[in-house]
Amino acid sequence: MSEKRRARKNGKADDRVIHLKPPERMKIARQQPIEKEPDYRVCNFEEVSDGFNIELAAEEALRCLECKDPVCMKECPVNIDIRGFIRLIYQKDYDSAIKKIRESNYLPAICGRVCPQESLCEQACLVGKRNEPLAIGKLERFVADYELKNGNFTPPEIKEKKGQKVAVVGAGPGGLTAAADLAIRGYEVTIFEALHEAGGVLKYGIPEFRLPKHIVDAEVDRVKALGVEIKTNVVIGRTLTIDELFDEMNFEAVYIGTGAGSPRFMNIPGENLSGVYSASELLTRVNLMKAYKYPEYDTPLKIGQRVSVVGGGDVAMDAARTSKRLGPERVDLFYRRSREEMPARIEEIHHAEEEGIHFHLLTNPVEIFGDDNGWVRAIKLQKMELGEPDDQGRRRPVPIEGEYFTVETDTVVIAIGQSPNPIIQQTTPGLKTTKWGTIIVDEVGATSREGIFAGGDISRGGATVIEAVSDGKLASRSIDEYLTEKRAKVSSD
Amino acid sequence: MYSVISVTKIAPGISRLEVEAPLIAKKRKPGNFVIVMPSEKGERIPLTIVESDEQRGTITLIVQAIGKTTHIINNMVAGDSFTDVVGPLGEPTPVDNVGTVVCVGGGVGTAVIYPMAKALKEAGNRVIGIIGSKNREMIILEDEMRQCTDELYITTDDGSYGLKGFVTDALRLVIEENESIQSVYTTGPLPMMKAVAELTRKSNVHTLASLNPIMMDGTGMCGACRVIVDDELKFTCVDGPEFDAHKVNFDELILRNKTYFDQERKAMDSYREFCKARGAYV
Ligand SMILES: Cc1cc2nc3c(=O)[nH]c(=O)nc-3n(C[C@H](O)[C@H](O)[C@H](O)COP(=O)(O)OP(=O)(O)OC[C@H]3O[C@@H](n4cnc5c(N)ncnc54)[C@H](O)[C@@H]3O)c2cc1C
Ligand SMILES: Cc1cc2nc3c(=O)[nH]c(=O)nc-3n(C[C@H](O)[C@H](O)[C@H](O)COP(=O)(O)OP(=O)(O)OC[C@H]3O[C@@H](n4cnc5c(N)ncnc54)[C@H](O)[C@@H]3O)c2cc1C
Ligand code: SF4
Ligand code: SF4
Ligand code: FES
Repeated sequence: MSEKRRARKNGKADDRVIHLKPPERMKIARQQPIEKEPDYRVCNFEEVSDGFNIELAAEEALRCLECKDPVCMKECPVNIDIRGFIRLIYQKDYDSAIKKIRESNYLPAICGRVCPQESLCEQACLVGKRNEPLAIGKLERFVADYELKNGNFTPPEIKEKKGQKVAVVGAGPGGLTAAADLAIRGYEVTIFEALHEAGGVLKYGIPEFRLPKHIVDAEVDRVKALGVEIKTNVVIGRTLTIDELFDEMNFEAVYIGTGAGSPRFMNIPGENLSGVYSASELLTRVNLMKAYKYPEYDTPLKIGQRVSVVGGGDVAMDAARTSKRLGPERVDLFYRRSREEMPARIEEIHHAEEEGIHFHLLTNPVEIFGDDNGWVRAIKLQKMELGEPDDQGRRRPVPIEGEYFTVETDTVVIAIGQSPNPIIQQTTPGLKTTKWGTIIVDEVGATSREGIFAGGDISRGGATVIEAVSDGKLASRSIDEYLTEKRAKVSSD
Repeated sequence: MYSVISVTKIAPGISRLEVEAPLIAKKRKPGNFVIVMPSEKGERIPLTIVESDEQRGTITLIVQAIGKTTHIINNMVAGDSFTDVVGPLGEPTPVDNVGTVVCVGGGVGTAVIYPMAKALKEAGNRVIGIIGSKNREMIILEDEMRQCTDELYITTDDGSYGLKGFVTDALRLVIEENESIQSVYTTGPLPMMKAVAELTRKSNVHTLASLNPIMMDGTGMCGACRVIVDDELKFTCVDGPEFDAHKVNFDELILRNKTYFDQERKAMDSYREFCKARGAYV
């Protein structure tokens, strides 16, 4: 007899499944995933974390208090039934667990790996009040990986076909999610992607050692399994315009998820020397074009002996760790605030330190020097101190007058942020944007033009994968409502 | 897959390819380019769309073999295909009827200047063409250029055809003889474009140069193609490829384009070995 039935038979309303009492559960230590040793991993692009195996996942699931009011769920931007899927892990019913997750998040193998869980679901987890919170992301990843390796995948049932076509622009996490959701709702969906592969930042930005590309491909295949068509090599605004999608190709709604991929530069002298890369260029060459397998792949990348990375976010950590794997003697990272203000995930800062990246906080580049051939030779930095907090509460870096130092370097990677891709905004009349170039959307994801919806980095500026996923879901709901109304109008006319 | 319909050798190491790409053929305007990838493990490189045929759904590319990727493309035969072709990219050439214009193409740059010259002619301009090469064999698109220009000057470095000298020598004469030149358009190797810009700056003739920096995505996402124009940072693939030649920082661009010199040479050497081992000549 199951624990649950026994509880019911005894007339107790308790629907707990896990046999341990809460105080006992609270005492179990958080399980640590299996990770490769730093010395080993800096020599290759293999995934750093192997995640949980069945035993670790089972032990971790034991720690869940099965809260009556699962606060963890509220902090997940797509409100995954966290308590529910952890319970299914405990019951060893992994097929049902992944099915439950997929109801809310169609990209679990990805989000389980790259979500900033520590500031979302895990930050809210009640166990975290006394002990370390549940490893929710790792558990999510575990069931998603289980599905890929041993499990069953049956695409969710497709509701009645609506006979209407929706176009999705951009195959990043937002676009993929919107497409999957709309397909499940019965729409005929085509994704148009500018690059030659689907995945967006998941493919060209986030490195193989954090998110293996075969995982991204597998999730993309699951989107295709819903009947979604992905047309690569189509730049909307160039190959086709949004207006042509409506007027000539009979699409009735469009979701724009084109991301914020345009790299920013610092506008300091020497920034255009050879050997100065944007993080986007470095990462795209390595991830999408596989320069790390040069000459098997044709795209080259030249990394010297002393790499200097500028920035303090996830992108900077990825650029530093990627450079490290290409074999230089030393990788330095320069950030203009202190460690507390670093926007990168704690886990990634930790990994970068383990891998021997040298951090230089409160420093800001002011000039890059070149040799006679136009190659980077050195970088000049100014020391900074922290001033008053800005409107987001982060203390502003202030230059200390006269305090400069110069570091020899032959490769500089600039990772100070990305701006929205501008092509759609420039070629779609009537689409309102902010002064930063992001597309303006209302609370349901609708833009200033009828039938056009947007989300993810193109409307938020640089954000996260799970926010793009959440926007994709919101917009697909809104598109469904919009098209349902349109159908009703047509049939009443 | 994007099928190659035909390949014609038009000069030593230079081929003209017709490639099936219906959406691009329909949309393309003079000045646009595509990014192509010849194979799954290949590199993405930019090539100008020389012509297109909307009915047949094809675009024409003219490719000079200089490194590994362009050699692979040059060795293609009808029936081969590119894994990826994306475009049309870049801002089209501004084509207005302004009076008299000069179109200067050097080397394979003639393939880039030709669609511009044709469009400028169709818009009603008096078009003076100047094309130049190392020697007679390397002159391309002579007939096509004759058809869309009112006067055509040809220069060769060795004097084997046309005027002996550089395109700038011809341009100097043209500027001296014609007072009413409104604009000069130029494409070719960077040092040539720089020389053209220096020449026209003296006589204050507006000049547009179609730049050819290293590119990767072609959609404004990597910044590899960045250039300084009028002290401002521009991305050639989305803001260009044409810019006011008097405002471009050519020196910096020339140095940047050498970034991968060693690797490119190595790639080419090993590709040559590979071809030799199969009895092919490169
Ligand atoms: C290096 C790096 C590391 C990151 N690490 C993390 C992390 O660990 N965790 C996390 O949560 N977030 C991370 N982020 C942020 C996260 O990747 C983004 O917030 C997220 O990918 C945004 O998704 P999106 O769907 O809006 O767009 P994107 O992923 O940017 O995808 C947009 C897609 O649209 C395509 N496109 C653009 N213009 C056009 C056009 N005109 N026509 C057709 N297609 C077009 C692009 O080619 C691209 O494929 C990271 C970002 C970077 C750059
Ligand atoms: C907008 C644009 C349009 C172009 N149109 C044409 C065209 O119609 N026909 C054509 O034959 N070529 C054209 N090019 C140049 C072409 O893209 C390069 O020749 C090609 O990228 C070289 O690749 P590769 O692998 O064969 O040679 P690589 O091994 O990459 O390079 C070999 C040599 O060429 C130089 N080089 C590298 N990239 C370029 C470049 N972009 N331009 C000039 N020299 C370069 C390198 O410094 C190196 O010395 C164009 C370039 C741009 C940016
Ligand atoms: S999607 Fe992200 S926030 Fe939601 S449960 Fe998974 S890891 Fe937590
Ligand atoms: S808050 Fe923590 S303990 Fe409670 S249900 Fe969520 S994961 Fe389990
Ligand atoms: S080629 Fe990447 S930004 Fe222009």
